[in-house]
Amino acid sequence: MSEGLFTQLLDLACGAFLLAAVVVLWRRELAAIVRLFALQGVALAAIALLLGLHENRWGLIVVAVGIGVLRAGLLPYLIRRALRSFVAERDGGPGGHGWSEEARETQPLVNVAASLLTAAALTLLAYAVARPLVELDPTPATRALPVGLAVVLIGFFVLVTRRRALAQVVGFLLLDNGITATAFLAASGVPLIVELGVSFDVLLAVLVLQVLTVRVREAFGTTDIDDLRELHD
Amino acid sequence: MTAATALFLTAPAAVPLVVAAGYALTGFARRELPRGLPTVRRAERSRPQHAEKAAPVTVQGATSIPPRGKGADPSPPGESAVASSERARHPSDWAAVASPTVILTCAALLAADRVDGGSVSAYSGLLRADALTAWMLLVVGAVAFIACASAPAHLAAERAAGSATAWTVWRYHMLVQTFLGAMCLAVVSANLGVLWVAIEATTVVTAFLVGHRRTRTSVEAAWKYVVICSAGIALAFLGTVLLYYAARQAGISEAWALDWPTLVARADRLDPAVTRLGISLVILGYGAKAGLVPLHAWLPDAHSQAPAPVSALMSGVLLAVALAAILRYRVIADAALGAGFTRVLLAGIALLTLALAAGLLLAQRDYKRMLAYSSMEHMSLIALAAAIGSPLALAAGLLHIAGHGLAKGTAFCASGRILRLRGTSKIGRVRGLLAQSPWLGALFGLAVVALLGFPPFSLFASELGIARAGFAAGAGLGWVTAAALLLVLIAFAALATRTARMLLGPAEPSGESPSALWPLVLGLMACAAIGIATGPLGDLLTQAAAVIERP
Repeated sequence: MSEGLFTQLLDLACGAFLLAAVVVLWRRELAAIVRLFALQGVALAAIALLLGLHENRWGLIVVAVGIGVLRAGLLPYLIRRALRSFVAERDGGPGGHGWSEEARETQPLVNVAASLLTAAALTLLAYAVARPLVELDPTPATRALPVGLAVVLIGFFVLVTRRRALAQVVGFLLLDNGITATAFLAASGVPLIVELGVSFDVLLAVLVLQVLTVRVREAFGTTDIDDLRELHD
Repeated sequence: MTAATALFLTAPAAVPLVVAAGYALTGFARRELPRGLPTVRRAERSRPQHAEKAAPVTVQGATSIPPRGKGADPSPPGESAVASSERARHPSDWAAVASPTVILTCAALLAADRVDGGSVSAYSGLLRADALTAWMLLVVGAVAFIACASAPAHLAAERAAGSATAWTVWRYHMLVQTFLGAMCLAVVSANLGVLWVAIEATTVVTAFLVGHRRTRTSVEAAWKYVVICSAGIALAFLGTVLLYYAARQAGISEAWALDWPTLVARADRLDPAVTRLGISLVILGYGAKAGLVPLHAWLPDAHSQAPAPVSALMSGVLLAVALAAILRYRVIADAALGAGFTRVLLAGIALLTLALAAGLLLAQRDYKRMLAYSSMEHMSLIALAAAIGSPLALAAGLLHIAGHGLAKGTAFCASGRILRLRGTSKIGRVRGLLAQSPWLGALFGLAVVALLGFPPFSLFASELGIARAGFAAGAGLGWVTAAALLLVLIAFAALATRTARMLLGPAEPSGESPSALWPLVLGLMACAAIGIATGPLGDLLTQAAAVIERP
């Protein structure tokens, strides 16, 4: 692969990666948000794959496939399954895909226009913060590094402004995708043992959050996190 | 690397995991799972939701004796009688004590080996022990021993109250043992990436322990715990990644770029701007796990909802393990950036945390939350010691970790007993504890006295050491130390008046038999012993402080 083509493809993948995070802010249906998250997983796997091909490292290509399976397949599947069980229960039948308030972010704390503006501001902030990182070693990969930080910030924003439990889980996962992308762009990923441990932890965390979402719903009758306000001082 | 070294390094993390696997296997073998599971589910479903709304006090308070409908015994028999009769029937509860014993033994052997200030490693440098590792392992082992030895009585009472089934007990043991294993792995790992994985694993493992009762409050606490801690500690991973990037650019090979000794040795070659960003994120992230501002919000909720022995472990050692990670990173940061950066950052965070904890202690009406805020107070004192950074301050900070672990472990285990005795966690409803149950009241009172920093308990010596080091360190830190002491005084007053309100007053004697309280007596005695004379531990403490001193 020529240097120019590599740069273009890498920028394309990074662009798709950032765009997926921004569009998450725009959509309100949880099903669409999960689909966007899966797309972002594909973009992340593509970034790792491109780096692996460029540096001729087979280990990195294997990691890229693993990342793709986990973040574009398994994690979205887990969230979708939890979502489907809520919707089905609400509609009174298995497999029902009708509208229900559980499947929608009905009243996000920040409206869509303000969210998109915030995303723009956060991206600018990421570029400002990442300047020393890029200056240390300006290659095509590290020049795209601010994208990873921008997705981290957007993930945090989703986490604090969304009210549905599952939307918060997606926010946490966006944050994590952003960190993984930063690791790939900065140093072609962390060592394999750490990468395996981190992926395992993330998977477990999502499983735990999924079970807790069901319990929140059993205890409170809704997955609206705003209702969780019994413990305070 | 000798076989013995490898064994001592592996055993603290491996044995708890093996014990957890043992519990898992026996659980499956006895087919308790299919029998126990539906019972729990049914009990949870049939619990009337409106009753909880109508009587929030009962639900929030009664962990162990929730109203279980007509079937439940309205007046639980004397708790210690139950404890002794139940203990004989559940020897498996005592198997859990094996892993703290192994951790303590390995720590002692490593400590005896390490007083000369060197380090040993195994598995091509992945696991490593120096004096700080040995010290932290000793603390983890000691607090885990108190918690695991108190657990049989706790579980027996839960069984008697009908709130524990074979399935919940099985799950409790498995999760606690995995929790211990993850904490020990975090302590013995030399790789900063593995350290992160282990600390994040503790969050995942303890989530179900925090939310084990499935009431509204405990589910809420568990949700907040997992979301805030995972998101917070994700920042620490981002920081680790940035440090890895800086290390790779400094010419360190991939296999060693996250190795702590390598990073310390070559820290002067790291790019300052990238390191500064990375270290800030790491301190913020592990600070979330250590209960420091600004990501501390999970702590009082989780500590107040978890079962008492788990609260003891979380408060006594989990926070300290996260702080030990910060102490290790501080060495790298200081070598790369000079002392000023981490000093300002840690001193600021410590003062803010202390102010918040002192303020919220003043308004506290729930004794488990009171103990949780007291943990934040003590963690910020240790962060202050790290900010001061002189040998005296670091030694005092490490001693404070040990003293706080032992005293807080005892206090939380005792608070679990009080909760069972009175069925409420409201301070205002617990009066006359000393009259009702002299041993329990005295132990709880003494544990709080230890936390307040009275001699002969070791927190007196360590707080004095931190204060002395702070005033000796220069004008800026002198003012910070003075402000910290003022805030500690406020927290002291709040804690003292509230505990006095709980202990004093008239009440019917319950005719307790104190036999099940021996782990708490042991904990307080250990706390007092290291306060009077550190003895053979003194050398270890000095060496451990030297490990994290500025290069």
